[in-house]
Amino acid sequence: MAVDTIPGSLPGPASGNARDKTNAAIQKSIRGRYAAERRFKMYGVAAILFGLAFLAVLFWSIISTGYTSFVQSSFKLDVFLDRSVIDPSGQKDPNALRSADYTLLARKALATALGADTANRRDMREVGQLLSRDVDVEIRNEVLANPSSIGKTIPVWVLASGRVDNLLKGQLDRDLPAAVRKVSDQQLAWIDKAEAAGVLQKRFNTGLFTNGASSNPETAGIGVALVGSLFMMMTVLLLAVPLGVAAAVYLEEFAPKNFWTDLIEVNINNLAAVPSIVFGLLGLAIFINFAGLPRSASIVGGLVLTLMTLPTIIIATRAAIGAVPPSIREAALGVGASKMQAISHHVVPLAMPGILTGTIIGLAKALGETAPLLMIGMVAFVVEYPTSPMSPSTALPVQIYMWATSAERGFVERTAGATLILLALLICMNLFAVILRRKYERRW
Amino acid sequence: MYGIYGPRYHLQDQEISVSNKILASTAAVAVLGSLAFAAPAVARDQIQIAGSSTVLPYANIVAEQFGKTFNNFKTPIVESGGSSAGLKQFCQGLGEGTIDIANASRKIKEGEIAECAKNGVKEIVEVQFGYDGIVFAVDSKSDDWAIEPKDIYLALAAEVPKDGALVANPYKTWKEVNDKLPDWPIAAYIPGEKHGTREVFEEKVMHGGCKAVGADKLFAAKAEGDDAAKKKAGDKACVQVRKDGAAVDIDGDYTETLARITSNPKGVGVFGLSFFENNTDKLKVATISGIAPSVETISSGEYPVSRPLQFYVKKAHIGVIPGLKEFVEFFASDRMIGADGPLAEYGLVPSPDAERTKLQEDVKAAKSM
Repeated sequence: MAVDTIPGSLPGPASGNARDKTNAAIQKSIRGRYAAERRFKMYGVAAILFGLAFLAVLFWSIISTGYTSFVQSSFKLDVFLDRSVIDPSGQKDPNALRSADYTLLARKALATALGADTANRRDMREVGQLLSRDVDVEIRNEVLANPSSIGKTIPVWVLASGRVDNLLKGQLDRDLPAAVRKVSDQQLAWIDKAEAAGVLQKRFNTGLFTNGASSNPETAGIGVALVGSLFMMMTVLLLAVPLGVAAAVYLEEFAPKNFWTDLIEVNINNLAAVPSIVFGLLGLAIFINFAGLPRSASIVGGLVLTLMTLPTIIIATRAAIGAVPPSIREAALGVGASKMQAISHHVVPLAMPGILTGTIIGLAKALGETAPLLMIGMVAFVVEYPTSPMSPSTALPVQIYMWATSAERGFVERTAGATLILLALLICMNLFAVILRRKYERRW
Repeated sequence: MYGIYGPRYHLQDQEISVSNKILASTAAVAVLGSLAFAAPAVARDQIQIAGSSTVLPYANIVAEQFGKTFNNFKTPIVESGGSSAGLKQFCQGLGEGTIDIANASRKIKEGEIAECAKNGVKEIVEVQFGYDGIVFAVDSKSDDWAIEPKDIYLALAAEVPKDGALVANPYKTWKEVNDKLPDWPIAAYIPGEKHGTREVFEEKVMHGGCKAVGADKLFAAKAEGDDAAKKKAGDKACVQVRKDGAAVDIDGDYTETLARITSNPKGVGVFGLSFFENNTDKLKVATISGIAPSVETISSGEYPVSRPLQFYVKKAHIGVIPGLKEFVEFFASDRMIGADGPLAEYGLVPSPDAERTKLQEDVKAAKSM
């Protein structure tokens, strides 16, 4: 009999037939093991594909509904700044200039551009419905910036109403009956005419980034929410990082191993998993009711988010410090450094990439939170920019939530648009964390 | 790759005596931090409003217009959260840390008034600024729907009368309930328990339907106690909704109900009139007892399912919080809540002229409840 070449086969004085049988069984078992390994790998690939498919669906649905929010329909009007309407007294009194009826001027300008009868009240009302409700503010700002233009005709881009915008973007079916469409046939004809003449165009939506909350979708923006989120992130950065790092350094380098430090460790790990709304309740009780801080202020939001982020930062920092090999400390101590010097000159700098990664991940988590803000009054309609962390403001995810619950069609695309902006911010932060880790991470 | 949770090395056995320096500085940072934020609160110059998500869009419109019109006052802050949560905050007490106005899509309850009084909020001004219709709507591509409270009761109640006895709801399709309705499996998206709208739905639709089919008497007969207790038990049993999945509670907003209808075009949803008015291209409204809901039929009282919308103002805050009096008067003015105002354009059913005039007088005098 030939010498068997199959690895793992049993040499022995068995008869040829029996040995063949054994070898076949071994061959089979090996094939089985390879197949099992392939299947095992496939499960992993399938899991990743499954996740990616959902991610693709999510991105597709957000991007396909959201991209239109970055442009907004506007009319180009030649507005005649009628002195008898704006400044009848001729005093250029700022209060009079503020309260003048600029809507009327805009309507007249649009009616002229569309060839509508300015004397017909019904026509004028229908013309007015094509314009945003905030059109007066846009013209007023032009006049206040340049009072010498009163009495002249100036070209201004003003926002069209939400309905017009929906029609132009195809979010409202133009073939529906007028009563259902809420845009009359006359208005539709005007819109087509204006679009053909280039008077009505879709322009880049700067208002989305600079405006505050508004009940009109066309003038609503995330400006106030962005500033509120920025104030909160600054508060978190200023408080959570020093507190978290100090706590982690003590626990990792100094604390004796006893019942109390075990208790602290268990509690920190528990806190990291507490539902975030609980931190909101705590914030309401301590910062608002006890410390007397104002409601809806971003400082309170920042403090609440600090409490929420602290455990994440402490855990990440402890892990990073724990990963610095003892030889570094021993070498420092060996050449005569004090323990504090060993930590502040060697251990913490070496652990820095890990600490920063943990901090950025904690911040990114805090940036996307709404639940803890509900209790402290930050889920709110805020129109004006906050001037300090003490003034009322809202946050980016809150703005998204508020828009998602609004009835007007124009808010649907804005919800998705603001989500895109939030996602972009989060991707940037997480990418930064990865780059930091790649660049500075040291392995021993 | 170790990542941030890499291998750990400890110096436990070589621990030198614990330095208290870092502990001390940690404590110092903590103390400094809390001191810095315990500074006395600055005087509030912005009105704070919280409450009903139904009233929220109206309050937003008025707040925005108020900020635009009054140069010397800031735009009020309007929080969302629901009628009950808003009134709870409202009744927490007086002072700058508490809200000035609570929006509510239902009337304030006796218990809430007592709670308010206990915490010092003794004088409350009620401003009932208009009405909201509650409509049943289906997908815009379906046929016209004409229903009656009785149909809704039979389709959605937990127990219905059959041959003079109460049985667990056996109906599977709308056609079984009423021959004129389509042969759709019953799937209704109704406001969840935390919504003020649910109460109106129960009171005006379920209870009405319950009476119409005579189920209230059967329920009352089954209950124990004297007549009053029996009636109460009957009323309570009337508004019990079936729990077998045919009636779905929506705890989110109307946008969620709309999403449900979009994904199940054979579903029926409950909406506010203003929400429907903003989504006429996606929804078709059902008539109730032959009446189509509109501003006209609701203000005349012909359409049966509507409710008043109101907000409550702390009288003690008027004159303390800048602009509060002006804001309330501005809200109650014809320019806002009149038939041609922006709120009516959004979908508010304006109060009759006489009611509005009286409201404006009461608001001017800050008449409390």
